[in-house]
Amino acid sequence: MSLPRYVLRRALLGAVQVLVVVVVVFALVEALPGDAAVTIAGDNPDPAVIATLRAQLGLDEPAWLRLWDWVVGALHFDFGRSLIGPSAVSDVIASTFGPTLLLAGLTLALVIPLSVALGVLAANREGRTADRVITTSTLGLYSVPEFAMGIVLVTVFAVQLRWFPPTAVGADLLSRPAVLVLPVVVLLLRPICSLSRLVRAGMIEALRSGYVRQARRAGLSSVRVQLAHALPNAIAPAVQQLARTTDWLIGGVIVIEAIFVVPGLGTTLVEAVSARDLPVIQGLAVVLATTTVLVNLAADVVARILAPAASEAAR
Amino acid sequence: MPSDPYAADRPRLHRRGFLGLTAAAAASAALAGCAGAGSAPGPGAARPGGRLRAAFPGGGADEVLDPHATDLYSEIARAKALFEKLADYGSDMSPQPRLAERWESSADLLTWRITLRQANFHDGRPVRAADVLYSYERILRPDSTRRAKASLSVIDLAGSRAVDDRTVEFRLKRPYAEFPNALSTLGAYIVPEGAENFDRPVGSGPFRFASFEPGRSFLATRNPDYWEGAPYLDELEILVGNDEAARVNALLGGQVEYAHDLTATTARSHESTGQVAIHRLPKSNFHALAMKVDRPPFDRLEVRQAFFHLIDREELVRSVLQGSGEVANDLFGKGYQYYADALPQRHQDIDRARALFRQAGVENLTLDLDTSDVSPGLREAALAIADQAKKAGVTLNVKLGNKDTYWSDISKQGVIASYRSGAMPIESHISQRLLSTSTTNNTKWQRPEFDALYHQAQSTTDEARRAQLYLDMQRQLHDEGGFVWWGVSDWIVATATNVGGVDDRAPANTLDWARFDKVWLG
Repeated sequence: MSLPRYVLRRALLGAVQVLVVVVVVFALVEALPGDAAVTIAGDNPDPAVIATLRAQLGLDEPAWLRLWDWVVGALHFDFGRSLIGPSAVSDVIASTFGPTLLLAGLTLALVIPLSVALGVLAANREGRTADRVITTSTLGLYSVPEFAMGIVLVTVFAVQLRWFPPTAVGADLLSRPAVLVLPVVVLLLRPICSLSRLVRAGMIEALRSGYVRQARRAGLSSVRVQLAHALPNAIAPAVQQLARTTDWLIGGVIVIEAIFVVPGLGTTLVEAVSARDLPVIQGLAVVLATTTVLVNLAADVVARILAPAASEAAR
Repeated sequence: MPSDPYAADRPRLHRRGFLGLTAAAAASAALAGCAGAGSAPGPGAARPGGRLRAAFPGGGADEVLDPHATDLYSEIARAKALFEKLADYGSDMSPQPRLAERWESSADLLTWRITLRQANFHDGRPVRAADVLYSYERILRPDSTRRAKASLSVIDLAGSRAVDDRTVEFRLKRPYAEFPNALSTLGAYIVPEGAENFDRPVGSGPFRFASFEPGRSFLATRNPDYWEGAPYLDELEILVGNDEAARVNALLGGQVEYAHDLTATTARSHESTGQVAIHRLPKSNFHALAMKVDRPPFDRLEVRQAFFHLIDREELVRSVLQGSGEVANDLFGKGYQYYADALPQRHQDIDRARALFRQAGVENLTLDLDTSDVSPGLREAALAIADQAKKAGVTLNVKLGNKDTYWSDISKQGVIASYRSGAMPIESHISQRLLSTSTTNNTKWQRPEFDALYHQAQSTTDEARRAQLYLDMQRQLHDEGGFVWWGVSDWIVATATNVGGVDDRAPANTLDWARFDKVWLG
């Protein structure tokens, strides 16, 4: 299959996936007990108040009609208005997408060089001290959950040593980059561990392969052999893992946002679910599903370019 | 957390347990506690200047500045900085005059004349009777679901009028001796006539609006012309941090000077380190069991009384409230105006409970006890009470309900449920929960003779007579009612050690709570 046809086919499939996600999300929220009216009424569940709210929010209309209205609106990039607050869904998402994107972007920008470097280093020193240290510590760090890591780092480096601010509360992320240090470190640690181990494994395999031995015999320099011949094949599996990491990052990394008070997508999603704010949840579902589809598409294309034979075989 | 005095709780406010981070908060607190105690400099004498940054749990992008739509504690704190009500609750829940300088009622308690004090909105316009009438009209509009509507709906708006710029005459639909309670109710703020848009709100409060980003930050500056005297602070910033650990860390890291709503565990681990000052605001949250008196087995008086006797209130305060609170006496409103403190304190008496069960002919009772994670302590209390009940031969199956629909679920279903309530006057507690017509009558306490006592109390101008009627009502509830109010907990706030002027006696959500115009930075 030619590359453009492959991309087109994957993109169409992705559009269908997004639609399915939206319908499933709608159905799941419908299945939750209570609705926005009950949630808003809260501890004062006066039936008259709940009925008025329901009518105001349009919740008394049949579910299929609400879904249809929403899909029609979404086709015009109108995701409706939040049920709870005064804002349009697109505004809610736009205002919280920035911080998440910033965190994710920074993390990705750092995770790729760092994990490739660590993986290549470990592969070259296979079985020796450097490899053992890298392998052991990445395994150890990988097993620490983010929230525990976050809290330990905040306690040590922010509250006690006072090197970095403990949270991003009230700070503008860009004008005070110091607030980004700890969250990015926490976000980096686990992906670095998984990616560097994949790079190491791929690199070891590649270094033992026939074509690398052939290139060595042909008298190519060691650096050239590694970078031009071994590495592309070694990182193809890591690229797909990187796509999953990106989904995870874009998904807001809810725990990190909570610990460090970063008002991003994850926080918005949790708030929207607990308030049964269906339009916001659906809007976020579209954004997250689209991102996931695009990122995975990009990863597959990149992996295919890096190692055509391997990805074809995997199909 | 309760955002309003009428609230038991609002699910969307409760974010403390967010993803189970409470345990993590405790861990971080314990670690931070290792930093060691330093001798802290106190706040010193009151002095002007500075910016106070306060961290509150918030509601994300949907937060509003419309003072009539306040719901979250952060929204109330902001509304309070910018706006004022005619009256507000004092620390004993009695109404204190604010924008109203004084009030007088007609002999039949149907007409109330309110004299406004000399006060100005931030744009220089005086606060007039027309503004008051407009504000109440906005709250009472037919399609409105605003919180203050229930309390203010006693007003016959068409029959009310502005006598002159500083005098309002309210006509009521029924005699209501405690009408100033309605003026103090959550969300009954006075906005300028015609105000609909609150992007840049103009109020008459101690601070003036500067900027607002929903779910993130709010900035206000000193109002030098405030009628009660300008605040000490130059600026007040209210920041949002939903996670409790994050609020504490921000305080410890010097990012904020005031952290709202902390757990008793956090308070204990920081109390002695000297790094922060812990403030326990008493009488803030009441904890109870709600028994439905209209259905078996609680339609039998002996069963209700047996439950009164099988609860070990002291143990619940120790374990569930972690010592941050005190026992209650099966009545709401300990320490509030009209509270029946003459009644003897009840203690656990298992023999008595067993005897009462025998008398009712329901030995070895097995019941479902509804609870939920909707509010901290609710589930823990249910489990502890189930343990205590075993001693009297009662098996309580603790049923964990859905936290988003808990309050509406228990209003209809079940026989016994974990319950809690924020601060409110005893009058409001009775009118909202214990009259035949009450919309949130979760114990189904519906007695015409009890209703009559309440209406008598509301139609008498004789203060002593009213106190007597309240005592009668409370005695009935203490002997026969459906609520077992076993404890009252503190509300915990922490500040930097240089913050002065935080009132340690004000229950959450009363006049002197989050009153930043009285706070200074030393």
